[in-house]
Amino acid sequence: MASIEMRNIVKQYGDGYPAVNDVSLDIADGEFMILVGPSGCGKSTLLRMIVGLEDITSGDMVIGGKRVNDLAPRERNLSMVFQNYALYPHMTVFENIAFPLRLSKTPDDEVRRRVNEASDVLELKEHLERKPANLSGGQRQRVAMGRAIVRQAEAFLFDEPLSNLDAKLRGQMRTEISRLQRRLGITTVYVTHDQTEAMTLGDRVCVLRKGKIQQVASPRELYEQPVNLFVAGFIGSPPMNFLPATLEGTTLQTPFGAIALDEQRAAAVRGRELLLVGIRPEYFEDASLVDEVKRPVGSVFRARVDVTEWLGDSQYAYIPYEAPEAITAQLRDLSRELDSEELRTQAIVSIDSTSRIREGRDAEFWLDSRKIHVFDPQTGENLTRDAEAGARLTQMATEDRVEQVEHAQATGQTVGSSMLSGPSGSSGTSGTSGPSGAHRSGAA
Amino acid sequence: MSTRSKVWWVVGGVLIVIYCLFPIAWIVSLSLKAPSDVANGQFLPTDPSWTNYSTILTGAASDLFLPALRNSFGICLIATAISCILSMFAAYAIARLDFPGKKLILGTALAVAIFPVISIVTPLFNLWRQIGLYDTWPGLIIPYLSLTLPISIWTMSAFFREIPWEMEQAAQVDGATTWQAFRKVIVPLAAPGVFTTAIIAFFIAWNDFAYGISLTSTDRSRPVPAALGLFTGASQFEDPTGAIAAAAVIVTIPVVVLVLLFQRRIVAGLTNGAVKG
Repeated sequence: MASIEMRNIVKQYGDGYPAVNDVSLDIADGEFMILVGPSGCGKSTLLRMIVGLEDITSGDMVIGGKRVNDLAPRERNLSMVFQNYALYPHMTVFENIAFPLRLSKTPDDEVRRRVNEASDVLELKEHLERKPANLSGGQRQRVAMGRAIVRQAEAFLFDEPLSNLDAKLRGQMRTEISRLQRRLGITTVYVTHDQTEAMTLGDRVCVLRKGKIQQVASPRELYEQPVNLFVAGFIGSPPMNFLPATLEGTTLQTPFGAIALDEQRAAAVRGRELLLVGIRPEYFEDASLVDEVKRPVGSVFRARVDVTEWLGDSQYAYIPYEAPEAITAQLRDLSRELDSEELRTQAIVSIDSTSRIREGRDAEFWLDSRKIHVFDPQTGENLTRDAEAGARLTQMATEDRVEQVEHAQATGQTVGSSMLSGPSGSSGTSGTSGPSGAHRSGAA
Repeated sequence: MSTRSKVWWVVGGVLIVIYCLFPIAWIVSLSLKAPSDVANGQFLPTDPSWTNYSTILTGAASDLFLPALRNSFGICLIATAISCILSMFAAYAIARLDFPGKKLILGTALAVAIFPVISIVTPLFNLWRQIGLYDTWPGLIIPYLSLTLPISIWTMSAFFREIPWEMEQAAQVDGATTWQAFRKVIVPLAAPGVFTTAIIAFFIAWNDFAYGISLTSTDRSRPVPAALGLFTGASQFEDPTGAIAAAAVIVTIPVVVLVLLFQRRIVAGLTNGAVKG
């Protein structure tokens, strides 16, 4: 168990392209940190620099108080789960898991005991004598995790471990990883491009873009107080809607009518000709279904619905709108950078599943203006971000984590003397409660 | 596939097999003919006999054949082993490391492989006599290495390239040194490649004639192909056709056995299951 500190880490490739650019990040002991971003943002490179498979161009990598820049991977005592698992095909599952122990010349009965413990935790008991080729994808994944947890490593590193599994299995393994991490209480760095995994697993999430850190915060803070357009667009599924707007007095004029701002926020955004308003899908509602009490805190507008998607528990409506050429181009660039393709400017609106709003008709919508954010279209900066409120959210998440670890320790289920020996399934893993926006993985 | 085209495929296949195996069948039949029977004008011997075999194994020609067989085995096995080990390291470096001159090494290997043997033999003959390697085992093993190494490096580096690099990185993270990762993970995975390479290398050395006849003069190191050329008949009026045929059959046996033995090891897809699902 150890903390990981990165100070001004830079990775430059031969052609001078900085894959990772001046990254400073502190990962606390026992923390679950997520590195997330679209493809090519440098997240895997950063992980490989932590483990030592990639040279560090400049900066300091400090693990457990020791600078490890010049240490070989085997001297760093970290364990890693690879994207394609990298199991040794010529060894049985038992030998695969035992491999790190064999290398450290652990006595035979000790090896047997620890492999059996690890296989109990991961329910691999009956597969120990099989070869990886005869296992299913999920089982291979568990073997790779077994190899990681069998020795007492300083930290676990995961490189997109679930991306090769189908959606259903991915959900199961996600909760499994979360449970395991809480139980072992080991510092974990997890790389993913999937924002659902980022939101549900992480104590804190580090959003990267083109090798630079955009924001490091708890999932809730990222969701509610994003620092810029990129983070706001990346976190949340379906993604946040961005509407062009102009400020008149304290009122924003948008394609969906006027939205009133309070004086403080109006002052923050004043002085710019064009603005972008960010509104999450769930801030909208079918106007006819809104409580009379809530009505005054938002505004009501009429719009024509293009398409509706009914999913049983929820419903989405797509509303096209007109935007100035410059904004359209910028939104297209943003969505391309986020690995998606936005073909038309349209808002995705979440409405109650009982709503009778139908495709191709005009309908009345209500939008909650309390939580909207206003962005500067040039710099992408969030002009209405409440840093204090954000810090409070992250502080709460940190307290939750400390509590969970204490709970795990109190019930004797954490690392140390009784590694992996607690009864499975009963540890305190409420850490998977993500914000409401992460409910639909893979949408959009 | 319709019955008609199936029949054609079978007929075509049988024709090709006959075409390929006919010379071998002929040699076998020839080896079973008595000296007087060689010119009988038929495919099959009139009266199959083991005379030729007893001539080369226990009779007059055994002095020539048996030491040659021993030399051939020894020299070829040693040359194959050395060539496998050397090319394993070379191929690993070529497949895994980025170093200047990589293309040059591969290019040179290829150039050596296509260089005609006969143009090197004469200078080598002189050189070997000067430094005392003439008519010794090392005197043949070294030129055989020059024949087998290029092809071994090429085949083996193709195999190494197929192995996912994550495998080695995983081993390093698990606590292995570069050497341990190579020995415990990479080499077992490359085993089919090593066997394939070994067989090819062995064949090349086993079949060589030019070096064998030029760089040897006695029983000490003369390999079988050279010895076959020195067979004589029972009298000067008699050709040693039957004896040569019998020796050729015997020489073919180890090659066939080798292939049958290692056939099961040369299975592609050993790396199946190493990565994803």
